[in-house]
Amino acid sequence: MDNKKPFAYDTSRAPISQRKQEVDQAEKGSIGITVTIDDIEIKVPKGTTILEAAKRVNIKIPTLCQHEDLCLAGVCRVCIVEVDKERTLQASCSYPISSPISVRTYSSRVRRARRNIIQLLLKNHYGECYSCARNNNCELQTLAKEYGVTSYTFGHIDKPRYEKDESSYSVIRDMDKCVLCRRCVRTCIDLQEVGVLEAAHRGAKTKIETYLDKPLIDVICINCGQCINRCPTGALKAKDPAEEVWRAIEDPDKHVIIQTAPSPRAAIGEEFGLPAGTSVTKKLNTAIKRVGFDKVFDTNFTADLTIMEEGTELLLRLKAALVDKDKSVKLPQITSCSPGWVKFIEHFYPDKLAHLSSAKSPQQMFGAVVKTWYAKRSNMDPKRIVSVSLMPCSAKKFECERPEMDDSGFKDVDYALTTRELAGMIKECGIDLPNLPDSDFDNPLGIGTGAGLVFGTTGGVMEAAIRTAYELVTGKEVPFDKLRIVPVRGTEGIRKAEIPIKEALTQWKFLEGATLKVMIGHGTANAKKIMDMLCAGQLDDYHFIEIMACPGGCLGGGGQPIPTSPEIREARARAIYAEDEGLAIRKSHENPIVKQIYKEFLTDGPCGHLSHKLLHTSYVKRGKWIGKKG
Amino acid sequence: MQTKREGLVIFSDIGNCAGLKKAANLSSSDILNEIRSSNLKGRGGAGFPTGLKWNFVVEDRSDIKYVVCNADEGEPGTFKDKVLLMEYPQLVFEGMIIAAFTSGAKEGFLYLRGEYKSFVPSLEKILKEMRKKRFLGKDILGKEGFHFDIEIKLGSGAYVCGEETGLIESLEGNRGEPRNKPPFPVNTGYNGCPTVLNNVETFAIIPHIIAKGADWFKGIGTEKSAGTKLISISGDCKRPGVYEVEFGTKIKDILKIAKAQDVKAVSAGASGECVPKAQFSRRLGFEDFSTGGSIIVFGKKRDMFEVTENALRFFEDESCGQCTPCREGIPVLLEGIELIKKGECPKDYLKDLLSLSETMQLTSKCGLGQSSPNLFVSVINNFKKEYTLSKIPKEEKAFNG
Repeated sequence: MDNKKPFAYDTSRAPISQRKQEVDQAEKGSIGITVTIDDIEIKVPKGTTILEAAKRVNIKIPTLCQHEDLCLAGVCRVCIVEVDKERTLQASCSYPISSPISVRTYSSRVRRARRNIIQLLLKNHYGECYSCARNNNCELQTLAKEYGVTSYTFGHIDKPRYEKDESSYSVIRDMDKCVLCRRCVRTCIDLQEVGVLEAAHRGAKTKIETYLDKPLIDVICINCGQCINRCPTGALKAKDPAEEVWRAIEDPDKHVIIQTAPSPRAAIGEEFGLPAGTSVTKKLNTAIKRVGFDKVFDTNFTADLTIMEEGTELLLRLKAALVDKDKSVKLPQITSCSPGWVKFIEHFYPDKLAHLSSAKSPQQMFGAVVKTWYAKRSNMDPKRIVSVSLMPCSAKKFECERPEMDDSGFKDVDYALTTRELAGMIKECGIDLPNLPDSDFDNPLGIGTGAGLVFGTTGGVMEAAIRTAYELVTGKEVPFDKLRIVPVRGTEGIRKAEIPIKEALTQWKFLEGATLKVMIGHGTANAKKIMDMLCAGQLDDYHFIEIMACPGGCLGGGGQPIPTSPEIREARARAIYAEDEGLAIRKSHENPIVKQIYKEFLTDGPCGHLSHKLLHTSYVKRGKWIGKKG
Repeated sequence: MQTKREGLVIFSDIGNCAGLKKAANLSSSDILNEIRSSNLKGRGGAGFPTGLKWNFVVEDRSDIKYVVCNADEGEPGTFKDKVLLMEYPQLVFEGMIIAAFTSGAKEGFLYLRGEYKSFVPSLEKILKEMRKKRFLGKDILGKEGFHFDIEIKLGSGAYVCGEETGLIESLEGNRGEPRNKPPFPVNTGYNGCPTVLNNVETFAIIPHIIAKGADWFKGIGTEKSAGTKLISISGDCKRPGVYEVEFGTKIKDILKIAKAQDVKAVSAGASGECVPKAQFSRRLGFEDFSTGGSIIVFGKKRDMFEVTENALRFFEDESCGQCTPCREGIPVLLEGIELIKKGECPKDYLKDLLSLSETMQLTSKCGLGQSSPNLFVSVINNFKKEYTLSKIPKEEKAFNG
């Protein structure tokens, strides 16, 4: 039945009582418990919460602190209901049904209490709705509307209490809007196991704080933005560079290009009322051109380039380890395209950085290529180029600010816009995205393959890598129906797959009969598990690991439309896989522009000298201590 | 500073570990039956039947179980556990050992209020002696395979850690915040395992019941409140202190013991009910005037709104801050008291405040939040002559959403 585990369930830090009640093994066979909700009878398995049971009979109990991905909190008390035999009202989100009960979800007592609670939440919620990034997509505002709040019964704060924290390149915290639902805390601690945010102080002085209340830039935040996606109000938002981008667009001397990542295309429609999982790639191209960008390019192109570089790097590492018996080579190799994950490993496992592929992420490769090869081909001074990216990600903002990302001689990527921010720009122009005609990407950096496209979902980089690496080594297409490498797909937090290699070509004979062992993890809580296995020496026989910082991979990124849920992420993944199957070219090494760039520009091939200069990078041993050393 | 205490149960003589020694010859189910038929209810304040609580733990199939004694005595005006821990600590430990034998727990904790840190050496000394006498350790009471020991853990001064699930969180090393209930500690307690968690006084009564029998115990007190209650009396009286009083005793008789004169009201701590003089014939008991141990006496010169404000300030500080009604509601009531004291509280708004109080009582996550407006509500209802309301209707700012 739907006793589905929330994504954060398996993490070690949530107290047992805050996890979903497990259905007792012995009870599993039983037919369930009959409960009555607002006079409707329904049978549910033991441990089902009242909230879930009500959902099944189409009763929507209002919630605020509850989130499908997270462990129970039961702190906002908005979802309270009346349960017979109970003296007090019960939070339906955290009440596991263990005996036949009768529930009232909207009695006058319940409604009066809910209205009072909403009034209390509004009391210290400072700021005007119309100037808020979350206006019309705010759960508190919606609740106030549903419960007919027209005035502040218990007063309303008229001055800010806290300073906004705008220190981070990615996340802005405005604690005046915080309603202390602690979704961000549960996200940061339970879901991601980063542990930057925690409730500090007590009573009315309670505040969500970083370690010692330091600015976000000075703590070990990985910029994943998962907290933003789960914040019910505008207390957390991404740092929006739209103003700077507008200025560049309006400057006639600037040539403004944008690269668009695969997963925003499968999600931006949600901002315009389309159901989750509606891919709008070609309409989005039209919208972007109408907004005023000079060129719209495809990040899938550099995703393909990443596969060439990272795949070659893997084969070279394998050769060094197996043929040259070089003990200094680190295997398994781990992907490096998720900037949240990269910062995570830099903070938490700084001694394991040698496992990370030195290949830059597709965003940064694109930036480097635009201001070199593209500038040269178009006879343009790179200084004139403003390189923008559309990303599903808040950590990409931090990534393009990393000081080492200037191999083109300039800042490789100038601005990273999130899906939400570009949607804002499109809306500001009054462009009706869902009803636009289609248009293609611009040349020459507008050709990407299906392999580049599936980068948007967890397991995608692995799938793209296998499609190419297998073929390079054996000369044959990977033996999966319709190129669907099913073992690497799915939503399980950690997945493993084995690909046997048969009939290797002469130059790869050392791989003959070998089995490529790969692992995929998404969400940094799972990354932590994988790294702990790696540190314990349990992954010595693995070759390649894909890790994405966000649950679901990029499509669940911190810059994607709000809300997020397992269903929404699965719908986005389906859209991406469907789009992949509709494309003519679905293997990175078959991308004609990739072939061309190696022929014309990166002439010493993947992992060659120029590639190393432009497309590869190095990492920083950050550790957990930030601040003045010594 | 040991003084002679007198009383029917706790302060009555029990002799050399009589309860524990008798328990050694009984089976787990015999003990459970004895406790159940004694009608003993938890002394911490909530009054949950102890036998029923133990039964839940006994019936749970978990291999690991715990016994925890709540010695985080923090309710304003309560200091009766302090007396027990200073003068009769062995009685408390005996109760815990009996609970462990009944439930099958192997580990126990005494969660001691941080401010009682100075008791630790003497408590440790007694534990050491008990280990020597093989009342603690391995094969206790000559029962093969019955291993149990007690560890003392100190709290850090948070009132809310006296709430059973807040206590468990603190014991586990987390921020002291109450959990969602259900599941209750009897099934999901310390480290997620079934846990017998009782107040100091409850554990101290257990050896008496075992030694003297459930019928003897039931013979004391009232039908619904068996036995006696330790009460700590403070405030405007000549003989404040800790007394053992039979359930069913009238408030006015309790006041006589404490030599209190010209009393306007008494309250059961900061979280309990506030009873005005007119109701002093009410009786001590779970069914009538219930207290976890605190009785604070207010003389005729006391301003009841000062008293309420004082209590609410205490709760404002001690609220853990996780749930909305408690965290946000208490400051609203405090603002309301300011208005009432100035005579500026509109009639309509007082209704809003009482509605809010009801919401806090019904929807707060734990007992702290649920009981925080009790004093406010009693004072508003019982002391109408002490305040006047404003006739000017309240202005409300429009919601800008």
